[in-house]
Amino acid sequence: MQEINNKGAGGIISGVAAVIVDNKAYLSEIDGKIGDGDHGVNMAKGFGRAADRLDPEGTLTEALQVLSDVLMSEIGGSMGPLYGMMFSDMADSLGEAETIDAAKFGAMIRAGLEGVQDIGSAKVGDKTLLDAFTPAVDAFDASIAAGNTFPEALVAMKAAAETGRDSTIDMVAKVGRSSRLGERSRGVLDAGATSCAMILGAFAEDITARLS
Amino acid sequence: MQRFINNPDDIVDETVAGFVRAHSDMVKLDAENNRVVLSQWAGEKDRVGIVTGGGSGHEPAFIGYTGKNMVDATAVGELFSSPTAKSFHDCIKAANGGAGVAVLYGNYAGDNMNVKMAAKMAKRDGIEVKTVVANDDVCSAPATEREKRRGVAGEIMMWKIGGAKAATGASLDEVIATAQKAIDNCRSVGVGLGPCTLPAVGHPNFEIEPGKMEVGIGHHGEPGTRVEELKTANEVADDMTRIVLDDHNLPAGTEVAVLVSGLGATPVDELYVLFDRMASQIEAAGLKVYKAYVGNYFTSLEMVGATLTVLALDDELKPLLDMDTACPGF
Repeated sequence: MQEINNKGAGGIISGVAAVIVDNKAYLSEIDGKIGDGDHGVNMAKGFGRAADRLDPEGTLTEALQVLSDVLMSEIGGSMGPLYGMMFSDMADSLGEAETIDAAKFGAMIRAGLEGVQDIGSAKVGDKTLLDAFTPAVDAFDASIAAGNTFPEALVAMKAAAETGRDSTIDMVAKVGRSSRLGERSRGVLDAGATSCAMILGAFAEDITARLS
Repeated sequence: MQRFINNPDDIVDETVAGFVRAHSDMVKLDAENNRVVLSQWAGEKDRVGIVTGGGSGHEPAFIGYTGKNMVDATAVGELFSSPTAKSFHDCIKAANGGAGVAVLYGNYAGDNMNVKMAAKMAKRDGIEVKTVVANDDVCSAPATEREKRRGVAGEIMMWKIGGAKAATGASLDEVIATAQKAIDNCRSVGVGLGPCTLPAVGHPNFEIEPGKMEVGIGHHGEPGTRVEELKTANEVADDMTRIVLDDHNLPAGTEVAVLVSGLGATPVDELYVLFDRMASQIEAAGLKVYKAYVGNYFTSLEMVGATLTVLALDDELKPLLDMDTACPGF
């Protein structure tokens, strides 16, 4: 059966946090080109604090909630509420589930995407994290619908997130701090799409390892 | 550049600690949230509460405008980053005296989201919350898309007038209408000559080449809309005045308040050089300078540069601007 136990999957978030903390300088650097250069700093602070507080042996549901609480009550900025809502809605979607299969995982990331859409005002193509997140969720669903396995769908999700991230280079920002630059925002990756692709990539790799 | 830093991650907490210690006659820290600065007069019964908040690094904004007849509670964010929804919510609770709370803040994506969430939380507490979103920065979007413009130093005028209106015993709707009028009557522009550095990042987050200036620069180093050769102070003052007045389109004879603020690393004497020329140009355009503020009122860490804000006054706004205040920022 292609599923992982919810209990013990809290460690996935420890891994996600480690990736964000490792990329603190890189995320701030790309943010600095068209934003104010604090994306990596604030993300690393929030994800790092969450990693210190969560129980890697606990459930993924609990770990997602710990991460959301830290982002919403201690980090602020734009990423606090956006990622805070995303992880909170992911936790709500998983709820008390004992195991996580492809259907539950697909529903979880879809709920996270809807959480981001609800609090923010961006659409696909606006040069935001949605440009990585939306195609990734769609690719996961499409892969499962085509009869692929959970790990194959995770590969498709990760690849779509990365392609979506790279697509932001050619976009002109429509919302957020870089949107006021108009054409001058073209030619640079969006920091939110980049961190989102990192998060989804870390999810994919850890779950794949747990499934095998 | 050499700086006074302990641990870059602690700079906001240490700033707030020093601020409330220095100005304890006017402000205090919230008992439970060290990212909430309260006026000593906050929560007065039956008076509309005034709340604001924003990223740190703009001192004396935002915390400096907390005080008597000004802002009751100010939410403090990380450097250049919106405060949390929780901090805005704690501000609303502390500012509430039973007559509702006006949140007067600047148009930034993070602040918009966090205030929206905080207002939702406050509604569950039974507190009536209304908002005014400042958008006085002319170069951040065309006049046809004013709702996209950033809020900059005009926010100080919005807080001053909103706080004074609340002090007159006005209702929440009246305070909101007057604060909205204050920001609608404000236009601002910034010019940057040198970038700033977030201590935790360690290098400037954008470059301004020697000999160049960025016209229309934002308060967080959002690059300007024009990069060109640095000109003389008078030429820069003329350019800034023209940008503001062209967008404002005020009838001759209008009385205005003028605020010239440094961005952090520009000497105050240069601000007076700019102001003198700006005031001449404003008078030449047929307007009257009723009141002027020149100094570091709304900064951006150690950015080199200045902003100009022109507020058009009327019979309602003038006495509110003149009302006595007690806050560290003025």
